[in-house]
Amino acid sequence: MMRNLNNMQETTLPNIPLRHRILNNVKRAWGLYLLLLIPVIYVFIFNYIPMYGVSIAFKRYNIKQGIIGSPWVGLYHFERFLGNSKFYEIIRNTVVLSVYNLLAEFPFSILLAIGLTHMGNKRYRKVVQMVTYAPYFLSTVVMVALISQLLNLRFGVINRLIASLGFDTINFMGQANTFRHVYVWSGVWQHVGYGAIIYISALSSVDPQIHEAAIVDGASIWRRIWNVDIPSILPTITIMLILRMGSIMGVGFEKTYLMQNATNISVSEVIETYVYRVGIIAQRPDFSFGTAIGLFQNVISLVLVIATNFISRRISDNGLW
Amino acid sequence: MDKTYVINQNRPRAIHCSIADRSFHITNYIVLTIFLIIVLYPLIYVLSCSFSSAMAVISNRVWLWPVDITLDSYKAVFEHRLLMTGYGNALIYMAAGTCVNILLLLLCAYPLSRKDLPGRAFFTFYFIFTMFFNGGQIPNYILVNNLHMLNTRWALIIPFAFSAYNMIIVRTYFSSNIPGELLEAAQIDGCSDIKFFAGVVIPLSKPVIAVMVLFHSIGHWNGYMRALLYLNNSELYPLQLVLRDILFLANMPEEVLAQMGDSKLEEMTNVMELLKYAVIVVGSLPVLILYPFIQKYFVKGIMIGSVKG
Repeated sequence: MMRNLNNMQETTLPNIPLRHRILNNVKRAWGLYLLLLIPVIYVFIFNYIPMYGVSIAFKRYNIKQGIIGSPWVGLYHFERFLGNSKFYEIIRNTVVLSVYNLLAEFPFSILLAIGLTHMGNKRYRKVVQMVTYAPYFLSTVVMVALISQLLNLRFGVINRLIASLGFDTINFMGQANTFRHVYVWSGVWQHVGYGAIIYISALSSVDPQIHEAAIVDGASIWRRIWNVDIPSILPTITIMLILRMGSIMGVGFEKTYLMQNATNISVSEVIETYVYRVGIIAQRPDFSFGTAIGLFQNVISLVLVIATNFISRRISDNGLW
Repeated sequence: MDKTYVINQNRPRAIHCSIADRSFHITNYIVLTIFLIIVLYPLIYVLSCSFSSAMAVISNRVWLWPVDITLDSYKAVFEHRLLMTGYGNALIYMAAGTCVNILLLLLCAYPLSRKDLPGRAFFTFYFIFTMFFNGGQIPNYILVNNLHMLNTRWALIIPFAFSAYNMIIVRTYFSSNIPGELLEAAQIDGCSDIKFFAGVVIPLSKPVIAVMVLFHSIGHWNGYMRALLYLNNSELYPLQLVLRDILFLANMPEEVLAQMGDSKLEEMTNVMELLKYAVIVVGSLPVLILYPFIQKYFVKGIMIGSVKG
């Protein structure tokens, strides 16, 4: 029956005008459209309306006149930001912190994945993987509290250790020049186990025959890691790198904001925390200025993703799209 | 434990270990063990401190295991009224918020997984574009304000619940795990798309739904930024924001500190420091208890996500 129907359709198709055919398809898919209705409306309200709201970056927003009614001021807020004495400092802090973070986390995740895959004792491997993955589940609040307890000047176990070895204690949380290291290495501590999982799964899909052949040829494990494992996870590494590229201009708000204090503000003020400070908790919140800074960040991130994707397509044929 | 998780079980190994191989294994075990200790030690230390007496912690006698075991700090912490309402609120936000997340994910991912959806490319772009560009903190804030959700529970449940990244994972799962023949058979029997979605697709997708529920639940439970932005009534605070007030703004009500005895200022700050250990443990307890059971689903979720569709 169905086959007959199909045959009929195929033979009669050329006679039906394209417009009707499309219309027919659309009619037949009404159920799918009905399913899509809620997400389409939802995303329109909660994603696209704020995108339109970005227009206040070019206006002098005030609550009474709303987004549409407020007067245009062109690039005034961008000029204000670029001319701001803090501009350089904020951009530098953001970029340094996120690049440092990326450079520290990336290789460690890959190394952990390789180490775990080549571990002979399955039970021990499982233990290591499970334990190193656990800190990922700690909330940011708990995580930062944990760091500040461990690094506390008087009671912190790290400083106690330093003191008992006869060195001067270090005020990790209360000075500017340790902030970046504490931020990044605690991040490594928390995220390396999680970051390794994707590489472990990539490594486990390497054809065992390649390893067998290499062993027959007398390749040691070091050699096989370099010539088999690394090349086979390179596409995964590239994709992860592209995904991370978009956040080079951004540092997570939650952790930075909690770790920030008067003593380290000169290195810990990043774009997100600055937007929050001037745009929301300031005594007279400057919505337009905050939005302009956010937009500035967003556009650069978008350009970075597109550029990385383009470059990696050119070099290695791997890309997100 | 399922097979995908047990990595490289069939990986070939040489019969004779060369010196190079042996040097690798030794280095590997040493390095990974050191790393294991680095990760494990802080967790054990905090746990031990929270069970030790105030005197032992302040006089720096705790190194690894609890000294003079007591539950004093826990008793004091549970006196904190907001901590309990925080737990309750966090549960509400987590349950309701995750429902919204999952509903959106499924409703969006299924039609987009169907190759015969007219306008599929347009809709895909419509949803995925949100991954690359967003309004940002302040336009979002204005929207929540305009919807009169500011300072209500809705602000943490309804807005910004759509994740394009997870939608792609679910869509990939649909298109690679729901056989096309099933759809054809159902269509011949006169089954509508909606019926097929509810009666066939959803039951067949329990694994990916479970993974998504976990991803989003943990996100709701652990996040504090949205509550910080949209709430200022402490009765509505989720756990994380209450924890933040206790741990970083040192907002410990006096009745809690009174539980711990002496009220001299020096003593107070010491007690405060001590209580923090117990607060950290109480704050992360639910997740850490569930962790051994849920971690393999997370691993699975990442695996599903890593298969590009």
